Amino acid sequence: MLELRNINKYYNPGTVNEMCLFENFCLKVQNGEFVSVVGSNGSGKTSMLNIICGSIPIDSGSIIINDADISNMPEHIRQRRIGRVYQNPAMGTCPTMTILENMSLADNKGRTFNLSRGTDKKRVEYYRERLKTLNLGLEDKMNIPVGSLSGGQRQAMALLMATMTPIEFLILDEHTAALDPKTAELIMQLTDKVVKEKKLTTIMVTHNLRYAVEYGNRLLMMHQGVVIIDKVGAQKDAVAIDSILEKFNEISIECGN
Amino acid sequence: MSAFLSILRGILEEGLVYAIMALGVYVTFKILDFPDLSVDGTFPMGGAVTAVLILAGVPPILTLLISFLAGAVVGIATGIIHVKFKVRDMLSGMIVMTALYSINLRIAGKSNLAIFSQETIFDNAYLDRVIPEAFHPYLVVSILLVIVLIMKILLDVYLKTKSGYLLRAVGDNDTLVTSLAKDKGTVKIIGLAIANAFVALAGSIFTQKSGFFDISTGTGTMVIGLASVIIGTSIFKKLSVVKATTAVIIGSIVYKACVAVAIERGMQASDLKLITAVLFLIILVLSSDRKRRMKVNA
Repeated sequence: MLELRNINKYYNPGTVNEMCLFENFCLKVQNGEFVSVVGSNGSGKTSMLNIICGSIPIDSGSIIINDADISNMPEHIRQRRIGRVYQNPAMGTCPTMTILENMSLADNKGRTFNLSRGTDKKRVEYYRERLKTLNLGLEDKMNIPVGSLSGGQRQAMALLMATMTPIEFLILDEHTAALDPKTAELIMQLTDKVVKEKKLTTIMVTHNLRYAVEYGNRLLMMHQGVVIIDKVGAQKDAVAIDSILEKFNEISIECGN
Repeated sequence: MSAFLSILRGILEEGLVYAIMALGVYVTFKILDFPDLSVDGTFPMGGAVTAVLILAGVPPILTLLISFLAGAVVGIATGIIHVKFKVRDMLSGMIVMTALYSINLRIAGKSNLAIFSQETIFDNAYLDRVIPEAFHPYLVVSILLVIVLIMKILLDVYLKTKSGYLLRAVGDNDTLVTSLAKDKGTVKIIGLAIANAFVALAGSIFTQKSGFFDISTGTGTMVIGLASVIIGTSIFKKLSVVKATTAVIIGSIVYKACVAVAIERGMQASDLKLITAVLFLIILVLSSDRKRRMKVNA
């Protein structure tokens, strides 16, 4: 279980631009939940992910995973249990390294990076099989640099790499936002498949309301650092896009947009 | 031997010595994307350490290893200043470079030390016994070639290890290194250690070849290294068969050839730094990737 307990987060504290994002923010995510998070810009969605991953510090409160407080754990240590895919497809891969080298890197997550051979020849077939599941023909281009792939191909690789080793949590930060509709659809299907296969506890931030409604078993809407809609299981299944859109309009009018 | 051959040999010798340094700069500049200025202090430090050790009777071969390790320590220092104290990359290098000027004077005791009459890796009783007299003019080039090849192969092999993969990843996309549950700072420190170790080794070899240590030899080291890296990688941009490390070594030799041509054309030896700077400027203007690389990381 992942829990955020009484999180307080201010931006620019002590200046005229001081802005309170979270005040006593609490959230519990049960193991195996697939949470879709929607909300307007500045509502704190990405900040929440950054707080969970340790990319930004919190002012007070605690982050708890399976009863252990990880609030002071450095970002890279937390990543042992977390896989993360970013909005920018370039963030999840190394552009100057080949597909094969990228796969080898991802495969070694959680172990030591010592002076043994970077690519284990015996694993190459396994990488090829994994790449085949993407249906993008990447398995035939294993020796070309990832930088020469398209955004969609890179994002597919990033997803594959983030979920290659045993992890517990998958953090998706608008990971289809930079892709064309068709590729976005493909990446969403791949995501859903891998989440179900590996039984990952997933938090997905998205601006695509249809994805938020279609995928996952819990839906959150955030607004100004507060969760304003939280639908789980059967309740979520009953939610229609229109009703969310309505709520969206409501909060937008409040803000004067 | 004709004058031309003698010049050619001089270019090769100089080029090969600086090639080892350029390999180090390649690690920081191209792989880590870290403009490391500390090499201007590391290069003469390798020389200072070597001169003092040789005068103290330490076997010349051993001074190579000790200089290499001393360079690694400098790299770690630069890395810690950057990573732990969060000082900008270029400033961390400057701090270390400035400190090294005094440290080098402390190590050597004065601003220059001669080791002309001492045994070096190029001139010792063993070589005199084993190598026939006729081969002696080519001895320095041959020894340098062997050392350069060993260092190049070592670096190539390292870059293909798991640790080497991580080093390449950190310069490319350090977010991925964090995602792989590794501390990107540590990886950067390792890279700087390797780079400065190579540079100090080059300094040691330079001193043994020229027969003296001089505090001023370090000035412009980074510029020479960068020039070699950029020349090499630009020449072989289209030829992916040629490894980057090979390209850098050739770049270093080409660079020294350019300098030699400038001096042949009537420039004075004292104009060397001016030639270095102007050549570097020309190379930067001609190579297109400078815009992308000249960013300063926070």
